[in-house]
Amino acid sequence: MSALSVSYAILFYLATAILVGGLFYKIRQYWRTPAPLKIATTPAPVTQTGVVLRMAREVVLFASLFKSNKWIWIFGWMFHVALLLILLRHFRYFVDNTSLIWFWVPLIQPFGKYAAFAMLAGLGGLWARRVLVDRVRYISSPSDHLILALLLSIAGSGLLMKFVSHTDIVAVKAFFSGLMTFSFQPLPNDPILLVHLGLVATLMIIFPVSKLLHAPGMFFSPTRNQIDNPREKRHLAPWAAELEAEKAK
Amino acid sequence: MADFEVPELKETLEIPKYVDGAMAHSSPYIAKAEFQEDLGFPGELVENWQQVALDKMTDLRTRYRSFQVFLDICVKCGACTDKCHYYIGTSDPKNMPVARQDLLRKVYRRYFTFAGKYFPKLVGAVDLTKDVLDEWYSYYHQCSQCRRCSVFCPYGIDTAEISMAAREILDSVGVGQKYCNEILGKVFKIGNNLGLPQPALADTLEGLEEEVEDDTGVPVKFPLDQKGAEILLVTPSADFFAEPHVDGLIGYAKVFHEAGASWTMSSYASEAGNFGMFIGSYETMQRAALRIRKAAIDLGVKRIVFGECGHAWRVAYAFLNTLAGPFDFLDPRYPVPQHICEYTYDLIQQGKLKFDKSENDHMTLTFHDSCNVARATRMGDKPGGQLDIPRAVIKAVCNNYVDMPVDTIGESTFCCGGGGGLLTDDLMEIRVKGALPRMQALKTATDEGGVTHMAAICAICKSQFTKVIPYYGFTMDQIVSVHQLVSEAIILTGAPGDDEPDSDNEDSSDNE
Repeated sequence: MSALSVSYAILFYLATAILVGGLFYKIRQYWRTPAPLKIATTPAPVTQTGVVLRMAREVVLFASLFKSNKWIWIFGWMFHVALLLILLRHFRYFVDNTSLIWFWVPLIQPFGKYAAFAMLAGLGGLWARRVLVDRVRYISSPSDHLILALLLSIAGSGLLMKFVSHTDIVAVKAFFSGLMTFSFQPLPNDPILLVHLGLVATLMIIFPVSKLLHAPGMFFSPTRNQIDNPREKRHLAPWAAELEAEKAK
Repeated sequence: MADFEVPELKETLEIPKYVDGAMAHSSPYIAKAEFQEDLGFPGELVENWQQVALDKMTDLRTRYRSFQVFLDICVKCGACTDKCHYYIGTSDPKNMPVARQDLLRKVYRRYFTFAGKYFPKLVGAVDLTKDVLDEWYSYYHQCSQCRRCSVFCPYGIDTAEISMAAREILDSVGVGQKYCNEILGKVFKIGNNLGLPQPALADTLEGLEEEVEDDTGVPVKFPLDQKGAEILLVTPSADFFAEPHVDGLIGYAKVFHEAGASWTMSSYASEAGNFGMFIGSYETMQRAALRIRKAAIDLGVKRIVFGECGHAWRVAYAFLNTLAGPFDFLDPRYPVPQHICEYTYDLIQQGKLKFDKSENDHMTLTFHDSCNVARATRMGDKPGGQLDIPRAVIKAVCNNYVDMPVDTIGESTFCCGGGGGLLTDDLMEIRVKGALPRMQALKTATDEGGVTHMAAICAICKSQFTKVIPYYGFTMDQIVSVHQLVSEAIILTGAPGDDEPDSDNEDSSDNE
């Protein structure tokens, strides 16, 4: 094992720990913080099933964004769907191809392969808006540009390995399988691969301390996840109940 | 007419290029110490205000999921940037919802996030300085908490939640807004926002009884503090004398009269509006809401009905049960509370009200969806009832009705420009400019649909519009209450010579 393989192994353990631990911490924080008032943006569903459907429309179709701005919707949706397909394609590095759950992994490969172009186009469109539309430029911080650069570099380096300069993917799979089973294998010493993996680890590390928290956070958005039934059912947060109990004394 | 430039109405609504600092000078008067202290806030800026403000931020983050989640999850996609009526009307980039949120978010990041603590420049985090505090005071009083941004945000981020939190933080360090906090003082001391004491109120209502009887020949009552009545009507105090509000109140009274209902108003809770929401204070809002519970218990009523008032209906519909419930002492067959439009609509459905729609034939109506009614409440059983029911009531009493452009009504409605605690003369510039999108839509409906009048179901909308529409070339009498239309068209059965239907018709035509 080279020093390089060892440092990448450590990097990925660290990145995974930060991603999982950080998300756990933030999700627990959102979960535990009460929403003391009913603030669903109406018209809103009046049943739990309705709320699940509303949330599904938001998560799968970006329904509110569609209402809001067709350009952001096209670029944003394209990027996210492409990212999903690409992530699914990468399962081939983590799933044992003799296992029962392997069957879908080959099926997704061609979709994931070309999705990378859609991801580039989506990110490019979003970045163009950030630079060209005066209002969006105004609200952008350096970090907003850097995250786009990071994602574009990840997609770009991935594409290079797929279409220009292949890397030893069997060895890459052995490396990650090794990380998961603690039977360490070397990582190919290929510059594009190292850049790609380094950037992915960076993305994992910044996830819980950046705006990427929108992924788990949107499920906790009270304006979207509340049932519109305040007259029918009394809604009382624990701290509000305490306040009430104190007053009653 | 004004010491600022009034926006020009064009053919269509245009999204302006931003002009930095265009409204930086706008700031409402600060509340005097006595009014601050009445509400339990410091009288003036406290010495260690930075620490107090940051502590308050932490307090709110742990009590309000919305605040914590919304501070974290904005991705700066830009979807909201062209949605706020104040941005469209002023071109000030800090009136874009995301930028308004960022005024608070950049401080949150600086003190409470890893990225902001160690890489402030990278994520736009800043220290909490006096300049930042002043900017909060200015721009969080350029938000009417209308929630239009939250409709269009992919995550439902509601700038109203951030504005309310910001105002609570400002109050907690001793910098409250004069308009809101003085009004809250009047509510607690006297019973309503306008400070009308019981005798004045009784006098006003007596005058209305005489006026309506002179007008129609029917003794329509306006009962006050009547114990044992079935229905408690809680209405915004502007309904007692402002135009066109009072014509709406006359409409409610005629509807109750026709339904044969026993009803009353309360001098103790003679105000539907709850400014506690504007300043974001749960405790203050609850204190104001509990007056209504107490009035209902003291008067022994069985139902509570709210008059035409937008933010009041939000607090009533969405928060009252939480703040002042449970209402298990009221008649369980009716929702608590009900909106007067729901009440009238039910009677229309049951065929209990008769109208002569031709009484409103001299007008072509459109309806302004009040922001807080449209986006924070419901009427009836079905989602969207808050949009359909007022229209159904108008259409039941008027022959000529045209909607404004579809992207300016319903859930996409534009605020009147005066909501959320901005209905004060010291904020006239932002009020006039913020009304631009609604005025543009009204112009379109006027040009294309021949609209002559705009009906509203909110005391703030009515006051704001009557004040600002002259700036845009309309006249203040073009604004009407929904129940004013009901009042014009309703046929009162108790009218003299009721047994001879012909004379009844003559009677009502005489009123013209």
